[in-house]
Amino acid sequence: MEIGLNHYLVLSTLLFAIGLIGVMRRKNLLLLFFATEILLNSVNIAFAAISHYYGDLTGQLFVFFVIAIAASEVAVGLGLLIVWHKRHGNIDLDHMSTMRG
Amino acid sequence: MELYLYLALFSPLAGSLFAGLFGASPRTKIAGVVPSLLLLLSFVSSTVLLIYILSGGEKVHVEMMTWMATGDLYIPFGFIVDQVSVTMMMVVTLVSTVVHFYSIGYMDHDKGFNRFFSYLSAFVFSMMILVMSDNFAGLFIGWEGVGLCSWLLIGFWYHKESATWAANEAFIMNRIADLGMLIGIFLVYWNTGSLQYDQVFATVGSLDKEVLTWMGIFLFIGAMGKSAQFPLHTWLADAMEGPTPVSALIHAATMVTAGVYLVVRANPLYDLIPNVGLFIASLGAFVALFAASMALVNRDMKRIIAYSTLSQLGYMFVAAGLGAYWVALFHLMAHAFFKALLFLGAGNVMHAMHNELDPFKMGGLRKVMKGTFIMMTLASVALAGIYPFAGFFSKDLILEVGFVENHYIIYTVLLFTAGLTAFYSFRLVALIFHGEERYKLFGIHPHEAYKFMLVAMSPLLLLAIIAGSFKMTYFEMVTAVLPATEYHVHSAIAYWIMTIGTQLFVILAIAFAYKKYANNKVKVPDGTSKMENNLCYKTLSNQYYIPYIYEEYLVKPYRELSSVFWKQVDMKVVDATVDGIAGIIYAGGEKTRVMQSGNLSTMLKWMVAGTIGLLSFAVVFGLAVRYSGEIKIILSGLGV
Amino acid sequence: MFEAIAFYLFAFLTTVMFFITVTTTQALHALTALAAGMIFISAFFFILGADFLGAIQIVVYSGAVMALYAFGMMFFDTTRDVKEKNGNKFIVFGLSIIAAVLIVVIFAAPMVSTNIVALHPMIEGAGNTQELGMVLFTKYLVPFEVAAVMLLVAMVAGIVLAGKKMDLSLTLMNDAEIIDAKKEQHKKVL
Repeated sequence: MEIGLNHYLVLSTLLFAIGLIGVMRRKNLLLLFFATEILLNSVNIAFAAISHYYGDLTGQLFVFFVIAIAASEVAVGLGLLIVWHKRHGNIDLDHMSTMRG
Repeated sequence: MELYLYLALFSPLAGSLFAGLFGASPRTKIAGVVPSLLLLLSFVSSTVLLIYILSGGEKVHVEMMTWMATGDLYIPFGFIVDQVSVTMMMVVTLVSTVVHFYSIGYMDHDKGFNRFFSYLSAFVFSMMILVMSDNFAGLFIGWEGVGLCSWLLIGFWYHKESATWAANEAFIMNRIADLGMLIGIFLVYWNTGSLQYDQVFATVGSLDKEVLTWMGIFLFIGAMGKSAQFPLHTWLADAMEGPTPVSALIHAATMVTAGVYLVVRANPLYDLIPNVGLFIASLGAFVALFAASMALVNRDMKRIIAYSTLSQLGYMFVAAGLGAYWVALFHLMAHAFFKALLFLGAGNVMHAMHNELDPFKMGGLRKVMKGTFIMMTLASVALAGIYPFAGFFSKDLILEVGFVENHYIIYTVLLFTAGLTAFYSFRLVALIFHGEERYKLFGIHPHEAYKFMLVAMSPLLLLAIIAGSFKMTYFEMVTAVLPATEYHVHSAIAYWIMTIGTQLFVILAIAFAYKKYANNKVKVPDGTSKMENNLCYKTLSNQYYIPYIYEEYLVKPYRELSSVFWKQVDMKVVDATVDGIAGIIYAGGEKTRVMQSGNLSTMLKWMVAGTIGLLSFAVVFGLAVRYSGEIKIILSGLGV
Repeated sequence: MFEAIAFYLFAFLTTVMFFITVTTTQALHALTALAAGMIFISAFFFILGADFLGAIQIVVYSGAVMALYAFGMMFFDTTRDVKEKNGNKFIVFGLSIIAAVLIVVIFAAPMVSTNIVALHPMIEGAGNTQELGMVLFTKYLVPFEVAAVMLLVAMVAGIVLAGKKMDLSLTLMNDAEIIDAKKEQHKKVL
């Protein structure tokens, strides 16, 4: 059985859905970050698969940059998270309601 | 010659702008003198042009610049000086120069001195555009320009309720008529494809008679408004709220004659539709009688003269309607001189009497105001048409036209009106200058006007006396462009009977007026005498109840209708719709602000929902683009 | 055949791992599952012939990022169960699935209809890392440098945020507290 591009895309979609579930479900900020990593990775798979099946390197390059962005996001995000935890003693989303309109 | 043309046209504009510079500053003599001198320059240029035309020069036609050029429509800012327009230019510049110099004295104590000259010069400029333009569009610009300046000047003393009312009335009445005028111009363009006079009149001959009739009627509606013909006449009498020089210039000599000018200018058109011409003549005769009758009993000096103007305009329309265009133009010119003189004289009297307008409260003023007395008397004589004054030559000519053209009813009406004219003119003169000095009862100390004002008026006096002697010169000049029909009663006996009879009739009317009003028994009417309670008198002094009818049957229902529309349509439909939309948005905002709970988790959910919305759009549009061909086929199948 | 087996195996494993990540109540479990999922994803890269990316994936994600998270978690109380109130589960699942399907449709549409022309075709005979390097240091040199700068900025930001005394806010303190804080600082210096 030949594995085609569509297989990868479906897998990517599945992982993306899981990531979205995590984003919407998680209230703990750290775990929310995990969910965003899942989102990024699901897209990475799609990029790499498309790159492979079309013989174009651009997709792989994008994966490369996405990984770079993810790394910096984690660095900054964790820093902010620590600051927040120091000041408020928790990292629960439901406690962050200063943006009430 | 082009230089003179531009000088004549633009120096009033320069004067207006110059005076306008001082608009907000206190009264300065220079703001009056400079525009007056510039007008003098304009007058001199016009004179040069007149001499040039008289000495057989070609007409001057310039195209200053392109104004509109779209597709087939081409309208330039073009100006023409031919025999007709040069007449009008002379009249306009001469009278306005006199009025300008006069106004320096008349408006001496007025706070709005600078403003007044700015408006007055702007008026002259508009009038010059009106008469000099070589196409209907330019004529219309001038037409509206004089309307605007007239509005500004009637409402010059805007703190007076009556003045603003009169200004608005004049403006609105003119708007109604201008609509007709515009339709006429559209018709002209629609059917001839041009607005240039020469091109239009070259092609009107080949047009359908019915179209020509409508054209003539609509253009005449415009003329009716500007020249205050029945039933749009009420504004002219009310326009006397403006300063007297304005009345002299605008509402006697120039602007109100624009209607006559239009008919004269469009003579090739009106020649083709004698039925409309006859209607114009009949309406003119009716207005002549109608206005003269109202002047008989009026107790407002300026209104009497205004009605007299109206009546004389009627005469001009009779001549124009019967095809005697040069006669109409000749009477227009002569009338401008003596009527302006009459108005300026009335202005002197008004000044002397501290703005008192009721001639019954004057009397015996000839002792203190000798110069004015002489001038007004001579102007009245000219108006009445006594030989050898200007009125005799022009007005009797109109009577002859009526007679020669076999319109005996018109002739009779005009003859009768001539008698009425003489009567009310001398009733006014008698009441003001003769009899007992009734003003003493009201504690007024009259004084003669400034010397230079009288000097300024003297050119008009001179022309009022001698203008008639230019008849044949004028005939030869102007018939180069107008139909040259000489009007002579065929038998010499009939001619002499007619002339002498008319003269006698007029003189009798004058004598009657003197007998009735120049004695010492005249009292200030208090509404008790038998004559005043006469039905006839009441009808006349209430102007045939026409203003009342307009008020009752036009203005009030319109106001009711407006009120209904305001309350029912505007408030309940238009406003409600607008408010409803605002309300929906407001309520929507109120409802959806719950979304802004500040909870980040909820926000993330909304974010995902929004992303889904955008993605669906992308899919839908992508599909639509992909299958656009099929969608078009389906839609066309549905008949969209 | 081998490829298919590998794909299905790793697909299953990845999905399970990520699912655990988003559902478990234990933060430590979530972290472990995520790390495992990352490594499994690198397997896909190897299958697809993107060896370099696979290596990167393991080094950066499973190594650096996960290590960062592990360090970050030391600041927080990780032994405790993560309590989460949740609203309607259907909304969460429904929205996620719809979004994912839409994204696939959008990605898939141009591929189904037309053939994409390869902008940077793979070079025959060169290894994946070499190919990537050629493109990266020619066509994508500027984005590469920008990414490097961004990483530097992120590093500095991370150090500053986590390291500095950020629990003091001068705007929220009154004057007396500020003076106290200053005195304390001076004491330390002395």
